[in-house]
Amino acid sequence: MAEKINVKTMAEYAAEGTKPEILFWVGCAGSFDARAQKVTVAFTKILNQVGMNFAILGQEESCTGDPARRAGNEFVFQMTALQNIEVMNMYGVDKIVTTCPHCFNTLKNEYPDLGGNYEVIHHTQLLQELIDEGRIKMTEGGTFKGKKITYHDSCYLGRVNGVYEAPRKVLEELDTDLVELKRCRTNGLCCGAGGAQMFKEDEAGKKSINIERVEEALDTGSEIIAVNCPFCLTMMTDGVKAKEKQDSVMVYDLAELIINNQ
Amino acid sequence: MIGQIIFAILSILTFGYAAFQFNKIRQNILLGQEEKIEGDTSLRLKNMFLVAFGQQKMFKRFVPAIFHLFIYVAFLMTQIELIEILIDGFTGSHRFFASMLGGLYNFIINFIEVLSALAFVATFVFLARRNLLKLPRFHKAEMNGWPKLDGNLILYGEFLLLIGIFSMNGADMALQAKGETSYSLNLIISSNLGPAIFGGLDIHTLHIIEKFGWWLHILVVFGFINYLPKSKHLHIFFAFPNTYYSKLDSRGKMENMDSIMNEVKSMMDPEAAFDDSAEMEELPVFGSNDVTTLSWRNLLESYTCTECGRCTSVCPANMTGKKLSPRKVMMDIRDRAEEVGDKIRSGNPEYIRDDAKSENAVLSAENFDDGKSLFDYISKEEIHACTTCNACVEACPILINPMESILKLRRYELLTESAGPTEWLPMFNSIENNGAVWSMSESRDQWVNELNKEND
Ligand code: SF4
Ligand code: SF4
Repeated sequence: MAEKINVKTMAEYAAEGTKPEILFWVGCAGSFDARAQKVTVAFTKILNQVGMNFAILGQEESCTGDPARRAGNEFVFQMTALQNIEVMNMYGVDKIVTTCPHCFNTLKNEYPDLGGNYEVIHHTQLLQELIDEGRIKMTEGGTFKGKKITYHDSCYLGRVNGVYEAPRKVLEELDTDLVELKRCRTNGLCCGAGGAQMFKEDEAGKKSINIERVEEALDTGSEIIAVNCPFCLTMMTDGVKAKEKQDSVMVYDLAELIINNQ
Repeated sequence: MIGQIIFAILSILTFGYAAFQFNKIRQNILLGQEEKIEGDTSLRLKNMFLVAFGQQKMFKRFVPAIFHLFIYVAFLMTQIELIEILIDGFTGSHRFFASMLGGLYNFIINFIEVLSALAFVATFVFLARRNLLKLPRFHKAEMNGWPKLDGNLILYGEFLLLIGIFSMNGADMALQAKGETSYSLNLIISSNLGPAIFGGLDIHTLHIIEKFGWWLHILVVFGFINYLPKSKHLHIFFAFPNTYYSKLDSRGKMENMDSIMNEVKSMMDPEAAFDDSAEMEELPVFGSNDVTTLSWRNLLESYTCTECGRCTSVCPANMTGKKLSPRKVMMDIRDRAEEVGDKIRSGNPEYIRDDAKSENAVLSAENFDDGKSLFDYISKEEIHACTTCNACVEACPILINPMESILKLRRYELLTESAGPTEWLPMFNSIENNGAVWSMSESRDQWVNELNKEND
């Protein structure tokens, strides 16, 4: 079928004495979580299609430290952050794109204090740019035309960093029938994973946060829940399964929607 | 004359006691750590103007915002009237500004009348909302007792104030109709209502009603001034400094801990490790466990909190039944600040930290230890439940950031106590040892194979 996609590392570029246009920060989920890997793959395909010169850090990438910092463990955060910064500064990285809003936030807002200054964008922002420039070609009447779809604002892309429009523009481009959630944009409800909650059980309560959110999404009658974050992806997928709706409702990242539309 | 003397004594008592109470609050807030306030002053002023004065964020919920605005503007306007009341009270004059300001005076009093009428309606709406509508955010556990009474008391006070204003103006207008006054006012409400209600009364009674209204008005105001420091209504004043000092940084940025950075850097740099000057120093406290380790700005926030519960009503942890309530966190910080402040002011040597006890040791914020901390108010279970979603930060109408204090408590637990949920340990360990949140045997770019497998 298609030709082999060659994903180069920063080290390989450096060995050739060149630099890529942009560093693709894959993140832990994008690297290791089986479901999130699919998003990484989809996004890589898009980058490859548009002929963008990009690199990954590969083995030299470490966790940004977001969950450690938010759990309160500043020590572990700074260890991993300083290590990442050392690597990136060594390669002279200046622009980063990432599929994870937590990595996005940490790289963009927290690394400068530790000596890492980069231009950081989230992949939905890049996707919107590429669409605007006409570099991503959408099939007329694609797979999603007219399909009811709802969009879940992640906390760290939406409320924390104020990115609401770019992902919605991408959805518009897919010709979908976007049904907004009751709590959207600044009022968006968390999926329950942030603040290192992903790595522990909930405290005692009435229900899980992801169930609360999935119920709201199911109320819209959408067939697809679009997300922009690998952790939301897990939480929403689990929620849909808990509600036994996995046969009729799918959870996708925006990058996957674009790839599936072709 | 007797009236003037009573008024003067009451004023001195009122303002003297208020000064005493506000000074205590100032001392309590300054129990917090110093924090440099940096950044764009004009942006800070803009925040203050829009959010505190302009109530910008209240308008996310339109209906309560409108009613709140009525009470708020009426409050601002009555402050102008208060100047006249003070002058009249001290000098024994009556409507001191009436002849001086002429038409402008008529306009101002009319303005106050209309706003008071609107505030009257708003008071009813708010009382009904608090007590009949059963809005969940007004009936959470932390609202039992004083906070609930506090929310209602102010509304009763508002009610009394309005009775005072309208009986004073009404009686005056009835007197004016009888040609008993030196000024001539035309008030939208009282010029009609006054003569209609009080018109049949004799001049002597009218003077008594007028005086009664005047005294009721000023007594409510005096009471209010001394009730404020004990109440959530402190936000009337504190909303201004609070919005001014609120952080300008991105919400997504947690403050970098320089004390940790020094340690981490010396660990990463083998040469710095031999610099043993640092080792001699006492290990600093990381994060916050009490009001003395929070920043003064966090304490100002706690005194500014209106207990409106907008934060709690949007908190994902709270709405799914967890104990965490960002409003409760703010209320607890304030209660603890009161407790610590009172204990320190008591001078009781019992509260001196054991290793600082000596014969002539004097109790101060530095050697204070009552064997308690903020964790006696806020449980670990509460702070663990926070998803750092920032919904509370977004929701707060006066730019309080409950999440910041929650995360400072987490830092204390993790770094100073080396405790915290044990389920987090594998995540920390694997970040340290494998550079990933999960410890995985395959390599980080394993997905590249996936990518090309699909393509084969
Ligand atoms: S940041 Fe924490 S306290 Fe605030 S709303 Fe979100 S979960 Fe609740
Ligand atoms: S912190 Fe803000 S939103 Fe929460 S109760 Fe206090 S004033 Fe209301």
